[in-house]
Amino acid sequence: MDDLYREVIIEHYKNPSYRGKLDPHDISFADNNPLCGDHIQIDLRVDDGKVSEARFDGHGCAISQASADLLVESVIGKSLEDVKKMNRQDILDLLGIELGPVRLKCALLSLKVLKAGVYGLGEASDALVE
Amino acid sequence: MSLDVSRIRQDFPILNREVRPGVKVVYLDSTATSQKPLSVIEAMNDFYRRSNANIHRGVHVLAEESTAMYEQAREKIAKFINAPSARQVIYTRNTTESINLVAYTWARANLKRGDLVILTEMEHHSNLVPWHMLAAERGIQLEFIPVTDDGLLDLGTYKSLLARTPKLVSFTHMSNVLGTINPAADIIRRAHDAGAVTVLDAAQSVPHLKVDVQQLDVDFMAFSAHKMLGPTGIGALYGKTALLEAMPPFLGGGDMIKEVKLRSFRPNELPYKFEAGTPAIAEAVGFGAAVDYLNSIGMETIAAHEHEITEYALERLEEIPGLKVFGPTADKKGGVASFTFDGVHPHDVAQILDQDGIAIRAGHHCAQPLHEKFGIPATSRASFYLYSTKDEVDKLIEGIYKVKKVFG
Ligand SMILES: Cc1ncc(COP(=O)(O)O)c(C=O)c1O
Repeated sequence: MDDLYREVIIEHYKNPSYRGKLDPHDISFADNNPLCGDHIQIDLRVDDGKVSEARFDGHGCAISQASADLLVESVIGKSLEDVKKMNRQDILDLLGIELGPVRLKCALLSLKVLKAGVYGLGEASDALVE
Repeated sequence: MSLDVSRIRQDFPILNREVRPGVKVVYLDSTATSQKPLSVIEAMNDFYRRSNANIHRGVHVLAEESTAMYEQAREKIAKFINAPSARQVIYTRNTTESINLVAYTWARANLKRGDLVILTEMEHHSNLVPWHMLAAERGIQLEFIPVTDDGLLDLGTYKSLLARTPKLVSFTHMSNVLGTINPAADIIRRAHDAGAVTVLDAAQSVPHLKVDVQQLDVDFMAFSAHKMLGPTGIGALYGKTALLEAMPPFLGGGDMIKEVKLRSFRPNELPYKFEAGTPAIAEAVGFGAAVDYLNSIGMETIAAHEHEITEYALERLEEIPGLKVFGPTADKKGGVASFTFDGVHPHDVAQILDQDGIAIRAGHHCAQPLHEKFGIPATSRASFYLYSTKDEVDKLIEGIYKVKKVFG
């Protein structure tokens, strides 16, 4: 449990490397976690079917913000097809922790936002991160 | 009379629970739901072991017994809030359903396009959304009594809203976020003077204060068993007889009818008219046992104990640099302390406290508009009840210093 606040998470939360917005961008999507008010926006630039630039913005708990920073870092250079294949295990691997059902929602918000944007959906859904 | 907390704590088995090896739970989340004393757990258990049968109509021993227990519990609840008659206490699932019952029956029969309903900015979603739904359907208008910076209702604005002759004033007796205890009798009297009907959300007041519906002269009042030592799945709606009798029924089905023809029905009398289908019988029995338990301690004694703990908690919390408690001073509030801390998200605060077994709640506590008013997405909330101790408050304070360490 103590590991939930592993230094890497606190570090990504306090000093994120990919916080910001991209203007112009090819893909932008935002959503929030209604339970706790976490909010994440992700902007992408796409070149030749691959993510060339990515940023996130938003506010919320350490888990939601650190996972967004780690996720954005991990998708730069990935093809959109590979992004579509990402799932909850990828996020847990990035964070390197186990999470209960409530905090899992915080951790998965950024992936949900990312995939909804990549799929071009009108509305993000939990089904994207099952 | 002061309350013997260590004796009381022995009545609540869960308070001995270790949530991790060697770490006992410090339960500071009673505003969300209270813990249950053994007497409630056993009353429900005994009901299933000895008496269980469906109520009414049955003529066998078990059915007679179950019916009697279900109705005795109603009598106890009625007496607890000083209702003139048990017929005025309708069992529902919870506060939310009680308020919805009024919105679906009384309000749909009595409100039309343009009619004004007054709510407040400190309402729980359960006293907002039913009226939003009605506004969308019927075109009623909603206005809100503002909340001041120190967490009180702005009664001056209320006065000017009353000049617009509202049909209904529906408000919370005690805020589940700020802890504010609103001057209900005064608000109700002024509403009546303006010709409005009143609904009181008593989810947080009935568990913690002596509430007397006749003294308040309230028209409808909603509360939940699970916040007052009883089980989940049952609550109550109190209503004035004339209003309840004039209202159309709520859900249709068995028990709520006097007579059914192929193409028509006649509704049953009070309170059954509003209780369709097989109700939560064991839960009603547990609800009655919870009232017995609260009576055995005394509501004044409970309120005094909570006041002492709250005063102590506010004092200690306010010592912490970077911590801000929302709501009024201890003399105007119940046992609730909602706070923000140094830019650390409430979820992170709650999670770190959880490592030491300290259970608080983090989020908007089903009062999103109130949080918006204060310009924050969420708060951390510690809340107290008759089994809370100063020692638990001390653990909370130590835990918050730990949060500071983690987030450096
Ligand atoms: C003030 C207030 N009103 C209404 C409710 C809703 O109660 P329930 O969920 O039991 O319907 C709550 C519970 O959180 C509350 O605190």
